[in-house]
Amino acid sequence: MKKIFEAPKSLKPNLFHYCPGCGHSIIHRLVAEVIDELGIQERTIGVPPAGCAVLAYNYFDVDTGEAPHGRALAVATGLKRVLKDHVIFTYQGDGDIAAIGTAESIHAANRGEKITAIFVNNGTYGMTGGQMAPTTLPGMGSTTTPGGRDVARDGAPLDLTKMMAEAKGSVYLERVSVATPKGIRKAKKAIKKAFQVQLDGLGFALVEVLSPCPTNWKMDPVAAYEWTDKEMTKIFPVGVIKDITGYDKD
Amino acid sequence: MAKQLMRGSHVLGEAAVRAGCRYYFGYPITPQNEVPEYMSSRMLQVGGTFVQAESELASINMVIGAAMAGARVMTSSSSPGISLMQEGISYLAGLELPAVIVNVVRGGPGLGNIAPAQSDYFQATRGGGHGDYRTIVLAPDSCQELCDLTFKAFDLADKYRNPVLIMGDGMMGQMMEPVEFPEPIDPASLPAKDWTLSGAKGRPSRVILSLLLNPKVLEDHNFKLVRKYDAVTREETDWEEYLLDDARQVVVAYGTAARIAKGAIKRVRQMGLKVGLLRPKTLWPFPEKPLKDLTRVVRQLLVFEMSAGQMVEDVKMAVEGQAQVHFYGRPGGVIPTPDEVAHQISHYYYQAGLMEGDKPSKRHGGVA
Amino acid sequence: MAKGKIIIDREKCKGCSLCVSVCPKQCIAVSTGLNDKGYYPAEFSQGENGDCCNACTLCALTCPDIAIEVYRG
Repeated sequence: MKKIFEAPKSLKPNLFHYCPGCGHSIIHRLVAEVIDELGIQERTIGVPPAGCAVLAYNYFDVDTGEAPHGRALAVATGLKRVLKDHVIFTYQGDGDIAAIGTAESIHAANRGEKITAIFVNNGTYGMTGGQMAPTTLPGMGSTTTPGGRDVARDGAPLDLTKMMAEAKGSVYLERVSVATPKGIRKAKKAIKKAFQVQLDGLGFALVEVLSPCPTNWKMDPVAAYEWTDKEMTKIFPVGVIKDITGYDKD
Repeated sequence: MAKQLMRGSHVLGEAAVRAGCRYYFGYPITPQNEVPEYMSSRMLQVGGTFVQAESELASINMVIGAAMAGARVMTSSSSPGISLMQEGISYLAGLELPAVIVNVVRGGPGLGNIAPAQSDYFQATRGGGHGDYRTIVLAPDSCQELCDLTFKAFDLADKYRNPVLIMGDGMMGQMMEPVEFPEPIDPASLPAKDWTLSGAKGRPSRVILSLLLNPKVLEDHNFKLVRKYDAVTREETDWEEYLLDDARQVVVAYGTAARIAKGAIKRVRQMGLKVGLLRPKTLWPFPEKPLKDLTRVVRQLLVFEMSAGQMVEDVKMAVEGQAQVHFYGRPGGVIPTPDEVAHQISHYYYQAGLMEGDKPSKRHGGVA
Repeated sequence: MAKGKIIIDREKCKGCSLCVSVCPKQCIAVSTGLNDKGYYPAEFSQGENGDCCNACTLCALTCPDIAIEVYRG
């Protein structure tokens, strides 16, 4: 029998510290598979977030530089401006990219920085214990919104990817979900495209990945994945938000 | 090399470029707007990179990225903008990254004003950011020193893998003086750095981080930084001694204040007062030893700052009670005159009974 | 004869059951024995006829911990 599925080369063989059923682990694998397939492991540099994935360097077997919370896209800008021929990617949660890092994120997109951003949207602040995130859904529970998010009191969810579409320097923005195997396959395609955009020097690319957080949503993994697929997509529908790459549609 | 007449903020930019800096990230703020303006065109000329970032916060983080990639990189700002950079400076120190940050100090706190001041001494030397770290702080007093200390800043940053801050002020940024620039350094000729992020080709992948969750590990890292800072203190402390040989009273001042103090000292010397100046050129590491040594013969110090009194605390600590430390300061961007400083000097001089023929007043610690 | 088979690394598995929920042939179940980390890991069986698995890889795709290797042929 032939082995047809195994761990990607660009991932270190360490056990993931992520919770059972966490979307991060899947997304890490997809990014590593893409790095393998594009043959760019030796010139890729990653910038992890502050958040559960702060230890992403324990998994991605590429040069990695830590950034303060929210500043990954500014740090990535500095890296890319110096290392023009390298592949720079950021891997950020919803707080990192769309709350504290909003300005750095939008302006990196606006300047058209040739960087690939992976935006993991799980509607919560995972590492710090489940506080409200900019993408927490109305009614969704969190530790800082007693009774669930109330739009009048706490504001409505923010669609950062849509905001980035306004920035002329952004070239490819897609939202995907790892809640189903079909979604996972699409997510990988999108991530690969986002890296290809950087290789072709076209501009700023971002993939927003809807990702379950069973622990802070207080659901078992299977239920959390269902919820991501059925409920999160009501506010954050999957699909292409912007694509001016000129690549042929698959 | 012929001298050039140049404005201080331009001198900073030109010196940085000649020192091999090819990356500048900054944001406009008065009174240092001329620095990013100068860099925006100068970088184009030398094939460097200039980015006007969306804030000082973004600027310092771009500096972090470029430093990780091994480049000589600079940013500049003024007081409120430097406040925004404190998180980044703490990270630069924890990540052990070289970078040069220029503060062209203005009146504060808060929005303050755009006049020159020295009220960021605490911010520069007492952290400003979080954690056990030190920023090397250089204090030029002229356009020539702005040039020389910029070269030194890049060297020190690379040598110690630490952020270095150049403490200017609004006056220095605007004034024009003749400057002799050293020959330009080709960045390609700088020694290679073996710790940078460059892509894991032919070697294991590298991580540059400051997150060390295990307290024992972080403690070791902190002690490693302490040993680094001890080395900086031993090797790089710098100061100027002006008319100290026969001084009975010594003024301690830096930067623009030191120039004003020299003017004051010239005036009182004409009246027969034996006064000298000790001018720290590194605010951190602070010249503690020379000050302490001075107290063997001098017991009267007058600290003069364009602030409400910040460096005076370091002077008091340095002399360990062996001298009287007086203070004169004008905060808020007021530029004192040599005359008014001379008045202060002579006031304390007479009060301590330091005049020729006067019996030295023991109460004031006067020395015969 | 089964078209495919999977090998689940018991010690990598965190018992999230996603593989159990996506397997179209129900070849995977939660085991009754704990692993060293304290999870009840997933367990694979070719079933009574010995031909459960068809190497569709849906389980491995969805497994967050890359605990599953898939073989075909």
